[in-house]
Amino acid sequence: MVLGLVLVAATADAELRVLACEPVWAAVAKEIGGERVHVESATTPQQDPHYIQARPSLLAKTRRADLLVCSGAGLEVGWLPVLLRQAGNAGVQPGQPGFLEVAKVVPMLEVPTRIDRSLGDIHPDGNPHTETDPRNIARVAAEIATRLAAIDPAGADVYRKRAADFDGRWRRAIAVWEEHAAPLRGVEIVTHHVSWAYLVQWLGLVDVAHLEPKPGIPPSAGSLATLLEELKQRRPKAIVRLAYEPERASVWLSGRIGAPALVLPHAPGSTERAKDLFGVFDEIVRLLLEANL
Amino acid sequence: MTRAQARSVPLLLALCIPAASFAVSDADVEALRRELAAMRDTYEARIGALEARVEAAEASAAARPGSPPAAAQASSSAFNPAMSVILQGRAAGFGRPEGHRDIPGFLIGGETGVGPEGLSLSETEIDFSANVDDLFYGFASIALNQENAETEIELEEVYLQTLALPEGFTLKGGQFLSGIGYLNTKHSHAWDFVDTPLAYEAMLNTQLLDTGVQLNWVAPTDTYLQLGAEILRGEGFPGGGGAHDGLGSGSLFGKLGGEVGDSHTWQAGLAWLRTRPRGRESSDALGNLYVFDGSSDMLIADFVWKWAPDGNYRERNVILQAEYLHRWEDGSLELISPNGSFVEAYRGDQDGFYGQVVYQFMPRWRAGLRYDHVWSDNRSDLPGLPRGDASQRASLMVDFSHTEFSRLRLQWNHDMGGIRGDDAVFLQYIMSLGSHGAHTF
Repeated sequence: MVLGLVLVAATADAELRVLACEPVWAAVAKEIGGERVHVESATTPQQDPHYIQARPSLLAKTRRADLLVCSGAGLEVGWLPVLLRQAGNAGVQPGQPGFLEVAKVVPMLEVPTRIDRSLGDIHPDGNPHTETDPRNIARVAAEIATRLAAIDPAGADVYRKRAADFDGRWRRAIAVWEEHAAPLRGVEIVTHHVSWAYLVQWLGLVDVAHLEPKPGIPPSAGSLATLLEELKQRRPKAIVRLAYEPERASVWLSGRIGAPALVLPHAPGSTERAKDLFGVFDEIVRLLLEANL
Repeated sequence: MTRAQARSVPLLLALCIPAASFAVSDADVEALRRELAAMRDTYEARIGALEARVEAAEASAAARPGSPPAAAQASSSAFNPAMSVILQGRAAGFGRPEGHRDIPGFLIGGETGVGPEGLSLSETEIDFSANVDDLFYGFASIALNQENAETEIELEEVYLQTLALPEGFTLKGGQFLSGIGYLNTKHSHAWDFVDTPLAYEAMLNTQLLDTGVQLNWVAPTDTYLQLGAEILRGEGFPGGGGAHDGLGSGSLFGKLGGEVGDSHTWQAGLAWLRTRPRGRESSDALGNLYVFDGSSDMLIADFVWKWAPDGNYRERNVILQAEYLHRWEDGSLELISPNGSFVEAYRGDQDGFYGQVVYQFMPRWRAGLRYDHVWSDNRSDLPGLPRGDASQRASLMVDFSHTEFSRLRLQWNHDMGGIRGDDAVFLQYIMSLGSHGAHTF
């Protein structure tokens, strides 16, 4: 009888379910899937994806997912393997169409030549914070459309149309952002963690220093004093962090070097004005231009 | 410019240069300069176009689904399993000489006790894990223990697990930590205290590890519901002897979990373990040996609640955890003592509870408090058998993790009744080398 109930539940729930590890990929999946898919994010913009618990609610979501979209490159290494092993979902295992690792479909930066944990939290496959370059978003959108079409052939046309529409709007938006951000080329910034490598490369910014003395190691009074000394020769225009990173260190440094401490959005909802994917990059460009005045 | 024209350029140059050496007219020189500049411009434009095409090709190659990242190289080590080594060691100080590992009112297994005093190595764990293929995942954990200057090698968990069963089912086979209770599946390096709660020590010989099969099912619901069943060989305490043709123990368990907002998450579990021990041996500090035959049943209820502001565990979080264990044993008990050997009927009723809270008050620093209580009511006419007794203990710990790979811990145990009846202080290190293991909830 239990099995009967399960089968009824399974057929009643015909909607395709996408589970994104990070909210930005959930937003991309929503753009492509529209009403045909039910999209959830395992994390909110306020949560550090390095430090997530393999919670019961995430196991329940993984159990029912038809497609998992995760940054990969080790970002979710502390929890995703547990979800994949315990949720009993064959369709979203690595190698299946239902498992999409973003690090496999975008060009990776900062692939280390030397791997040693004394260097901090190093990701052997490269920097996993790929979502801060909008061109990567376009690549992932195209791949999500392919995967959704493979999993749900009946909706293939819908996904293809929506993907083409999104791609057109997104490329026009990229051209506008690039034009507006032209004055930012060569502008120096300080970042909290190594989260902005892709943005820096896209806009031609110069990332002169990190608040974390090594990736993943929180800044200390001593490391900040050293950093302040190093920055005397430089004129960074902004100190940039993510919504989930503590403000103490960047506010402290801001007070000493005069550059504003900025929270740049990395996903819809991470700051008040970044309401959707387009808003995220509108905000990034606007905030950086403001800081550069 | 066509390919033929391009090929003619060196020829043209060869003709022009000697010609230029004869012709001295300024107009000719000027004409040549213009021609050369035009050629340079054309070439630069062509090179620029080629560069753009190469860039575009590279980008599309990198963006092609499934193409390996640039750094991936073919090598035999690419297929090696994930491997990690966990180093653990400690310094311990006891108020009383060591050797007291009894828990009054309980027939205990061989793993209980506070361990050696002074400086010592704790278990060194070597873990291997990998997907065997698209159907199976394999895990092997080998523990090295240093005892009396000798190294003991123990197989801890060694199991395979399915990856591709339909409808939320997972099957595990081999030797593994039973799915009963909350703490039972956690390896020692993932414990929040140096030792297990008294209830686990007294009734599960710290943890139930046995050989068998486990079937799990996760319900397709919004609220997490997991049901599991195990058939085990029956060697692991409180089983013993691998009775019933090596099918001596079995368990049923269920877990339910969910969250309240982004900040709160919870899980509750209920488990029933039934074992039929044959010749299960327990010894006490007086040199008596007790041998039990019969049935041993246990119910475990567990509850865990975790809190982190906005669900961001990095800065601050609280873990509240409690378990209640109830065991009843029926059968015959043989006492082998210096005064002779006796056999009597035995009925034991035992209970254990622990509650703990661990608070990460700032990044990398945690403090924890644990309260333990175990009590028993045993009926037997055997001389000298403790009928019923209770032990209580309080533990306080502080630990520091520079990264998630290193942890240093200071713990103080205070026995509040029972025959160990004394305090213990531990300073412990836990270091993880190698691949980053994922932790269960």
